[in-house]
Amino acid sequence: MHQTTLILIEVGALLLGMSLLGRLALRIGISPIPFYLVVGLFFGEGGLVPFDASEDFFEVGSEIGVILLLALLGLEYTAQELFANLRQSKAAGLIDATLNAVPGALLALVLGWGPVAAVALAGITWVSSSGVVAKMLRDLGRLSNRETPVVLAILVIEDLAMAFYLPILAALVVGVSLLQGAVAVAVAVAVVAAILFVALRFGSVISRIFTPEHPEPLLLGVLGLTMLVAGLAAEVNVSSAVGAFLVGIALSGRVARQASQVLTPLRDLFAAVFFVFFGLATDARELLSMLVPAALLAAATMATKVATGYLAARRNGIGVPGRWRAGLALTPRGEFSIVIAGLAVGAGVEPRLAPLATAYVLITVVVGPFLARIPDSAWFKDAVRRQRLASRA
Amino acid sequence: MSVRIEKVDLPGIGVRHDLLTESGRRLSVVSHRDGERDLALFDLDDPDASSDSVPLSDDEAAALADLLGSSVTMSRLTSLAGDAAGLYTEQLSLPTDSPYLNRPLGDTKARTRTRVSIVAIVRGEKVIPSPTPAEVLRPGDVIVAVGIREGLDHLARIVAHGPD
Repeated sequence: MHQTTLILIEVGALLLGMSLLGRLALRIGISPIPFYLVVGLFFGEGGLVPFDASEDFFEVGSEIGVILLLALLGLEYTAQELFANLRQSKAAGLIDATLNAVPGALLALVLGWGPVAAVALAGITWVSSSGVVAKMLRDLGRLSNRETPVVLAILVIEDLAMAFYLPILAALVVGVSLLQGAVAVAVAVAVVAAILFVALRFGSVISRIFTPEHPEPLLLGVLGLTMLVAGLAAEVNVSSAVGAFLVGIALSGRVARQASQVLTPLRDLFAAVFFVFFGLATDARELLSMLVPAALLAAATMATKVATGYLAARRNGIGVPGRWRAGLALTPRGEFSIVIAGLAVGAGVEPRLAPLATAYVLITVVVGPFLARIPDSAWFKDAVRRQRLASRA
Repeated sequence: MSVRIEKVDLPGIGVRHDLLTESGRRLSVVSHRDGERDLALFDLDDPDASSDSVPLSDDEAAALADLLGSSVTMSRLTSLAGDAAGLYTEQLSLPTDSPYLNRPLGDTKARTRTRVSIVAIVRGEKVIPSPTPAEVLRPGDVIVAVGIREGLDHLARIVAHGPD
């Protein structure tokens, strides 16, 4: 069979299968991300039916997927919003980073994977999935709840922290000596700070390049700028994802709203390709051996995430049920954890990180939404009420 | 009369406005970036959680606002007239041959000439509360005014025949 026809058949069959699984995910009310990962595992290396012909397509597609994921995330926030949040919720962000990054780092060190893998795994356990959590809050009708701004503030700070964390990780994985590593990190941080500054000061100027009235030039223009900046960022070792995120931040107003409308379908397609590709590149045979550490890590870091949300909500004067809602809502990890793992494994850090991250994300993203629903259940409300009565007596 | 309204930013989603009532209940409106809005009422047991949240379309929100707005204007007017002796509320229909037809309300110089306050204009189904001097008077408008008897009579003459 001709090579191109084979690619079409493989990609088509895969997308069709993913669509059916996506429907299934919606039916049971969880994110489709775990299904995409499983599809990838199934057809990837060590899987049951390895795909060869379409590997290049999925590799390039997944690169675009990461860029679009981050660009649209950036489009959701204005630079002002980011800084206002940073000022207001520094403490919550700090608690979040310490409680959730440390367990990941410790596990990597215990497994003897070295310091760079420790930094990567710290990031994987640190960030909640803003996509999954925000959608969950919407679905559960909690947008008007008083703890919701606390949850969103943590997500925003994590996203902003990623803008600095990803280039640092990118620099670490290529850095050979300590000095070179330090220089690379310094350059990365300086570049991010400079782009953020430009975005904050001249965001409206950048937005003026584009016209929100015409979807086609807008789509091409924003996609072009995003890929261009992402590529340039990657060239100076500031991961391409961060470049894309910063472009998203820089665009504002009507241009940002229209751009996110025209880019969302593209993002959905390529982000799905990204998750599948990660699954494809992960050795399915390794997954089983990583299942136990992943489960332990998931249990530990879901507990620390609950503590993070609980403490942050308490600092904001939210009552006990609201604290639990905030904590349990934050437990799912998702796209960012996979982005981090992809970056680390792609650069040749410990290959077992990929199956560990896959298993870890699979567990948290499936269990998290169920945990988040606990505070709405009758027995939970009863338990809180009993406790309140007991403490009063 | 002070009403407490709190504004909370929901990054990535929109803004939330909370209204705290005197009876201790909290109502909130979540305005999404994409223009949708939800009206939520808060749980008595758990003041941090909304017990129910109702998505409203543009038309529904506008209708609800009109309903609340006009009922407030009317109840304020009646309570005002009931409270103070000698103060009256009157609804003056704009005569069809009024010299102020299709001219801004400010042209009547009602406040300076008669010491009467025009608190609302009723235009068909719609109420324009606290109209500005720039509000243009239309055929069929009903002017709601508050003042003493003589002032209101004077205003009626002005809108019908122009200044004395």
